[in-house]
Amino acid sequence: MSLRLIAVLFLALGGPPQPSQPPQQNVNATCLACHGQPDFTGPSGQNLYIDQSHFAGSVHGSLACTDCHTSITGFPHPAQVTPVNCGACHSNEAAGVGESVHAKVGAVPCLDCHGNPHVIVLVTSPKSPVYPLNIPRTCGTCHGNPEIAKKYGFPNVYSMYMDSIHGFALSKDGLLVAANCSSCHGTHKILSRTNPKSSIYRTNIPYTCGKCHAGPLAQYLAGIHGQQMKAGNPSAPVCTTCHTAHQIVRVSKASWQTKTSSTCGSCHKSRYATYLDTFHAQVSALGYTEVAHCWNCHGNHDILPASNPKSSVNPDNLLHTCRQCHSSATQGFISYQPHANPHDRRAYPALWFVTLFMNLLLITVLSFFAVHTILWLIRTAVGRREAHEGGQQ
Amino acid sequence: MDQNNTAIRESQAGSDEQENQAVRYHIRFSVGQRYLHAVLFSTFIGLALTGLPLRFSHSFWAERFAHVVGGFGAILFFHKFCAVLLTVAFLTHVGNLLYRGFVKHERSLFWGPNSLVPRAKDAEDIFQHIRWFLWLGPRPKFDRFSYWEKFDYWAVFWGMAVIGLSGYTMWFAPFFSRFIPGSWLNIALVLHGEEALLAVWFIFTVHFFNTHLRPESFPMDMVIFTGKESEEEFRHKRPEEYRRLRETGQFQSETTTAAPQLWLKNFARVLGSVIVLIGFTLLVLTLIAFFRS
Repeated sequence: MSLRLIAVLFLALGGPPQPSQPPQQNVNATCLACHGQPDFTGPSGQNLYIDQSHFAGSVHGSLACTDCHTSITGFPHPAQVTPVNCGACHSNEAAGVGESVHAKVGAVPCLDCHGNPHVIVLVTSPKSPVYPLNIPRTCGTCHGNPEIAKKYGFPNVYSMYMDSIHGFALSKDGLLVAANCSSCHGTHKILSRTNPKSSIYRTNIPYTCGKCHAGPLAQYLAGIHGQQMKAGNPSAPVCTTCHTAHQIVRVSKASWQTKTSSTCGSCHKSRYATYLDTFHAQVSALGYTEVAHCWNCHGNHDILPASNPKSSVNPDNLLHTCRQCHSSATQGFISYQPHANPHDRRAYPALWFVTLFMNLLLITVLSFFAVHTILWLIRTAVGRREAHEGGQQ
Repeated sequence: MDQNNTAIRESQAGSDEQENQAVRYHIRFSVGQRYLHAVLFSTFIGLALTGLPLRFSHSFWAERFAHVVGGFGAILFFHKFCAVLLTVAFLTHVGNLLYRGFVKHERSLFWGPNSLVPRAKDAEDIFQHIRWFLWLGPRPKFDRFSYWEKFDYWAVFWGMAVIGLSGYTMWFAPFFSRFIPGSWLNIALVLHGEEALLAVWFIFTVHFFNTHLRPESFPMDMVIFTGKESEEEFRHKRPEEYRRLRETGQFQSETTTAAPQLWLKNFARVLGSVIVLIGFTLLVLTLIAFFRS
């Protein structure tokens, strides 16, 4: 082995500083003289070893130790060193975190999410804890922890999210485009949903979801729910009112279809109550989805009031709407009342009368025969006993 | 216990044999009428089993039941299947009546003691029967068809008209809506559901009791299954008809027969028990669902 080769190897392994090398390496070599020892520990026994090869490959690999550890100016340095201020470089991010909910519950150090700063890698690297596919697990260390959830009074959203359509897309299919925590909540400047600037403030939610779901957003904003939301109606639904935030499921699922009419009914109470009386609702309650639910007639994101000529339940469009299922529906067919109320005498006189008649018939026939039957039973039983006793005498 | 049971069985078998020899039997129902009743009650049970989960679709048992029988598609298929079967049986019966009435000119079909058409005696019988219930008078002498039996019979006609027409209207809603307004479909569902409920509750309480469970017939009246009843039972239950037949001499000749076969009676007992069990189960479930909602 030639001397030259030995010299090259020596240099590659980070040999003694050479005058031609940048000052960073001089500083780091000095630090690593101690911190480069795998068994190097501090006064209280904590391991202070820095793996130089990992550090060199990290996103901070080109920095000198003292770029971050600014309180250390020479050797020997004090036992107590000032904590590193990431914000010295990452000022925007630090400012964001300062305004966020995380700052309010006690500062969450950068490292809680970003991991060990000496091995920190780019967010595009699958090794990064804030790589899109890793974010839910990273956030879940706190937001999936029952004790922390109890302490701060938030639901255990991690398991909810992992079972949602977004969670499946991310964990099962590995889709980078699947919404992860930060897609909706942001990254550093995560604000409470009660803060009007928050991406999950009620009236901001449609636009947050719309970053990906642009089609539904446009339909929603054109529909009555979106118009009411924009007009400041506090009871106007936003995406999460119907879809939930963390438990979003595929809308083609039977479990979603059979239960969501009641979601509409939580606001539209009287309309839901009258829907329940119909054949459509009866069939749906048995878990059968190929039947009219609210949205089959009214649409979903683009719901419009019947008075609007574009509405699917506008009288001029009803035939087309009914024909989606009842392909041979006629003009007469569409006078069917999907929300008839048998107790409303003025609006539905014929139905009211028929219901009253049938109830009276039911009560009359059954009461008459109930009395008839009981009297008969008593008469026969007593008569038989008398006959029996008479026979014995 | 086993010995006792065996002894009871033997004595029952013995009494059956004795009956065969000594007791005369009156033929009340023809084979055709018995089959008609069989089709009627089997399809009725089928329709009730597949219709009530829909009527009470929000009750705790409806969805589970629907899943057990194969989902809503299966329920609807069996419901329509039973409906068509019952319709065919009903139309066959009506056709037979029309043939006997207008081709054969059987006037007794429309009037008189052998007719199911109500007459003045029925009103008197109701009045007399209630007086008897209250120890105020003698028991009325019923003829071939008592007033409650006529009520049962015509209730089926009324039910077939109301439930059948409303059912077919909903089944072929787009077709019928060429002739009727769509709002009648709302009325059809109310008629269908309420009349069905009346029918189910009536059959599973009043009919079960009046015909089968009352002390004189308990646990079940075999006559609709075997077609025959003993002279003793005949005389007790329908004294007026018994007297007529005795006086005209018909009872001795053409209307008496031997006892029904044991297998037929046992078959009827098993079938009857199953039907009563299903009926009472549905009765309890529907009552719970009705009063909870």
